[in-house]
Amino acid sequence: MTRLPITKTPKVYVGGAFIRSESARVYPLHDASGAFYANIPQCTRKDLRNAVEAAAKAGPGWARRTAYNRGQILYRLGEMLEARASELAAALQLGGATPAAAAREVAAAVDRLVYYAGWTDKYESLLGSVNPVAAPYFNFTVTEPMGVVGIIAPDECPLLALITLIAPAITSGNTVVALASSKQPYPAILLGEMLATSDLPGGVVNLLTGFRKELVPTFATHAHLRALIAVADPEERKTLALGAADSVKRVRLIKAEVATDWFADAAQSLQAIRDTLEFKTTWHPVGT
Amino acid sequence: MSVRYPTSSLQALLSQIGPVDQVGIDERVAKYGTRSIKKAAKLWGLRTAVTMVDLTTLEGKDTPGKVASLCQKALRPADDASIPPTAAVCVYPSMVRHAKKHVGGTSVKVASVATAFPSGQAPLSTRLAEVRAAVADGADEIDMVINRGAFLAGEFAEVQDEIAAVVEACGRATLKVILEVSELESYDNIRAASFLAMQVIRPGDFIKTSTGKTSLNATLGNNQVMLEAIRDHYLATGVAIGMKPAGGIRTAKQALTFLIAVKETLGDAWLNNTRYRFGASSLLNDLLRQLEKERTGAYQAPYSFSESAESY
Amino acid sequence: MPTSSAAAKKASRPAARATGRPAPELIFGDLWEFDPAPETADPKLKPRYDLFINGKFVAPKSGKYFDSINPATERKLAEIALAGPAEVDAACKAAKTAFEKVWGPMPGRERAKYLFRIARLLQDRAREFAVAETLDGGKPIKESRDFDVPMAAAHFFYHAGWADKLDYVAPGRRVAPLGVVAQVIPWNFPLLMLAWKIAPALAMGNTVVLKPAETTSITCLKLAEILQDADLPPGVVNFVTGAGEVGAALVNHPIPAKVAFTGSTEVGKVIMRALAGSDKKMTMELGGKAANIIFDDAPLDQAVEGIVNGIFFNQGHVCCAGSRLLVQESVADRVLAKLKTRIRTLRVGDPLDKNTDIGAINSREQLDKITTLVAAGVKEGAELFQSSCKLPAKGFYFRPTVFSGVSMSHRIAREEIFGPVLSILTFRTLEEAVEKANNTCYGLSAGVWTDKGSRILKMSTELKAGVVWANTYNKFDPVSPFGGYKESGFGREGGRQGLLDYCQLA
Repeated sequence: MTRLPITKTPKVYVGGAFIRSESARVYPLHDASGAFYANIPQCTRKDLRNAVEAAAKAGPGWARRTAYNRGQILYRLGEMLEARASELAAALQLGGATPAAAAREVAAAVDRLVYYAGWTDKYESLLGSVNPVAAPYFNFTVTEPMGVVGIIAPDECPLLALITLIAPAITSGNTVVALASSKQPYPAILLGEMLATSDLPGGVVNLLTGFRKELVPTFATHAHLRALIAVADPEERKTLALGAADSVKRVRLIKAEVATDWFADAAQSLQAIRDTLEFKTTWHPVGT
Repeated sequence: MSVRYPTSSLQALLSQIGPVDQVGIDERVAKYGTRSIKKAAKLWGLRTAVTMVDLTTLEGKDTPGKVASLCQKALRPADDASIPPTAAVCVYPSMVRHAKKHVGGTSVKVASVATAFPSGQAPLSTRLAEVRAAVADGADEIDMVINRGAFLAGEFAEVQDEIAAVVEACGRATLKVILEVSELESYDNIRAASFLAMQVIRPGDFIKTSTGKTSLNATLGNNQVMLEAIRDHYLATGVAIGMKPAGGIRTAKQALTFLIAVKETLGDAWLNNTRYRFGASSLLNDLLRQLEKERTGAYQAPYSFSESAESY
Repeated sequence: MPTSSAAAKKASRPAARATGRPAPELIFGDLWEFDPAPETADPKLKPRYDLFINGKFVAPKSGKYFDSINPATERKLAEIALAGPAEVDAACKAAKTAFEKVWGPMPGRERAKYLFRIARLLQDRAREFAVAETLDGGKPIKESRDFDVPMAAAHFFYHAGWADKLDYVAPGRRVAPLGVVAQVIPWNFPLLMLAWKIAPALAMGNTVVLKPAETTSITCLKLAEILQDADLPPGVVNFVTGAGEVGAALVNHPIPAKVAFTGSTEVGKVIMRALAGSDKKMTMELGGKAANIIFDDAPLDQAVEGIVNGIFFNQGHVCCAGSRLLVQESVADRVLAKLKTRIRTLRVGDPLDKNTDIGAINSREQLDKITTLVAAGVKEGAELFQSSCKLPAKGFYFRPTVFSGVSMSHRIAREEIFGPVLSILTFRTLEEAVEKANNTCYGLSAGVWTDKGSRILKMSTELKAGVVWANTYNKFDPVSPFGGYKESGFGREGGRQGLLDYCQLA
């Protein structure tokens, strides 16, 4: 008699812990052949609220880490992904990716983390400035993370796109609440486990699974989310922008209906880091 | 009144009297320069400035004759008899008795620099003897220099003790304490030195910026620092100290700007020559030139009122 | 005898009382009253100003004009054309054509020369513009002369130099203009805000349709004369005048690729909602309720100067005004006493008088708003101090006002008053100061006063504000990025960072 393997109960990673939805709701995930695979937490607006709280709590500590330290942790996250590459590839194949395509996406995701790991202690010297004002003042502009950033990932490239959106935000010290692909949530479930073992403090990245329709309006209006980075369709973009107006939130909306090449070099950039930065200018007299 | 600061670091002193920000002071005083003084206000300011001048000659080549003509100028600055006399003439100790002959019994005081002016680098006993001699010769006012060396070495008690000794040597003469701001360099030091002096001098005595013998003399900035020190001391103790910027104030426009600083920092009670003086020489003729211009509406030629104090 | 000066002061005060001497006071009376010193340069106003579209002044089809009055005298200065939808459309089309045919394709070095020219021509006519600005807006001539107009020219000059160096704006990326930019500006710095807006837009290769505030359109339309004199190609800059509905028509017009707005947070949100679902880029420079924080080791006289400059500059009509003063408890009494003394020497009155420190409130409407909020402050129990200065009989004026004993829940501590009204709160520790300073939906600016360098950097790090002035306040420069956190808006103006908000990355 063959041994019946035990299956893993998918949980989302919020506040450094693995949780089910507070609503106790799940939705079934099927593999590419249509067979039942697992039940995925169907996170609600309350889960989102809790995740924002966790992210806000983790924020100051993460932002205060040295740039060097953040770089090492991002690199460590890359190591975790690399070490479990086959598992991640298998998760991508659940959604129908070929083994080659899945392996390629995992590799690209790891490389993306390595790319941003190298940016943590460099972007400031390119984005900030010392400004030669016409008066006896030392004037300088530095960047600061915006705070809690809401991220809404697309269905395509469920691992790579998610990481491409999260990594630049945490590079500078933001904390993140991200909604993973509804159709292909399993890579995000695994990613949570890697985040948990990567030295990244709990709460810095919080991953939710569930339905966009349910969560997009709350992403839009939650005032504590200071920025939104979302791949969204026209209707969602309008909802997000309308909600963002209430608390003058920063939004970068990527058109879901226009294909994005998540593998391209252009998908990673210094400018992506800048998207979740504030600029702060300080004046100080030069005198005795 | 007789509070003495112990020998201590400047930092300790500043923590008691508060620091000064140089750029902030410079911006504050730049605003005085944008005030526009016209018509009656200008006349009042010019005439008041005349009454505040300590008409000064401090040259190695000073003679009784030169001092005599300076005194005449102080008593009757212009042909126009309505122009008031200056506050004082300011001379070296050896010239006091000559000056006294001319202005004694008038409103014009005889001020004498003393205490080994301008360096102050003589034994204290010598400096005190010089003060006593000047007073004995009839000086109404003594302009002393502080011991900058002691100040910069942090010997604040020594600085104060010496000033106190000069106060005593002055007797009934008014004392003006020259900080020699250019050698103190920073506004923090100027504020600290102002307080050291004010703690031991008497109501009606003055603090004064400079000897006029160094590269940098009175500026609106160091004037402002000292006015604010005087204000803080007055509000804390009720003791009103006078102020005398000296050196570098050559034009009527400059003098009016300094007076605006007085008006807006210390108020009306300091807008007279018992509490504010200008240590100057060529300033007087520019004040007269501008008064004449206001009277006649015509700009004046240089030969009407010489630009050189030498020709007083 | 080692005695501290604090101890000495304590000792001297009871002694003074015991002898029956009154407390020493300074007299700021009329011993030396200044004569009026009005600026007499001719502002060269036209009785009527038309719209500036496609390089020409054009009358509105509706034939409608509205009055622009002098808030210092309530007298009419000129009539301003009221733009209708047709004119907004014409302006946007002119801008689009100019962008596609002339300005967009033009080499950066040539665009630069136009901007340099504008800067120079504005400098030539600086005094005339200063007088016009003061007449139209009520700000003291010394501010329009020494700040608004020279700073406006400086913005053109600074951004001119960028026009042919855009490859250096975004490291690793090429930048390209957006196209037509719609810009809506407020009434507090009419010419300066205009320069802040159009100089970077033009340097980057965009063309512009701008709407000035309805109470302060004159210097904008005078600048149009300079644009003509500079031979700026028609349509590169267009001005449409009128109130909110003109602004709404402009920001909602399909042509502009970007909307740049400076004004209230309330209106900023309205625009953001209106543009939701569109692809238009935005920058928002909105309201503020800045904390100006005084630590006990600060240079207090300079801090008081900074407080005055922070709240009374431009009658307090400044989005980054230091309207909440946070003073460390141990020096609160001294700071308040020094502040009151300083306020007694402020001269309120005729904005054209060169000695006026505080001019006229910009409009009746704004005066009413200030009056209402001050009444609320009194009602909520804060202690009111107002300067006793004389106010002119006619015109919109408000005395410099200070509230002490204010708590964070008071309306005057939370709402933007946009007038010469200061609320004073106290704090005990750095942490408390930071908490109070950040406890607001705004985050435009903040001030910190302390003699300790490391504390300045700590505060600058902790304060959630786009601009931090340390041991100074209300300083501006074209090279220095300006803009807010939180509900004070997003995007920056000035510096390399500001240019990035007027381009797309290729």
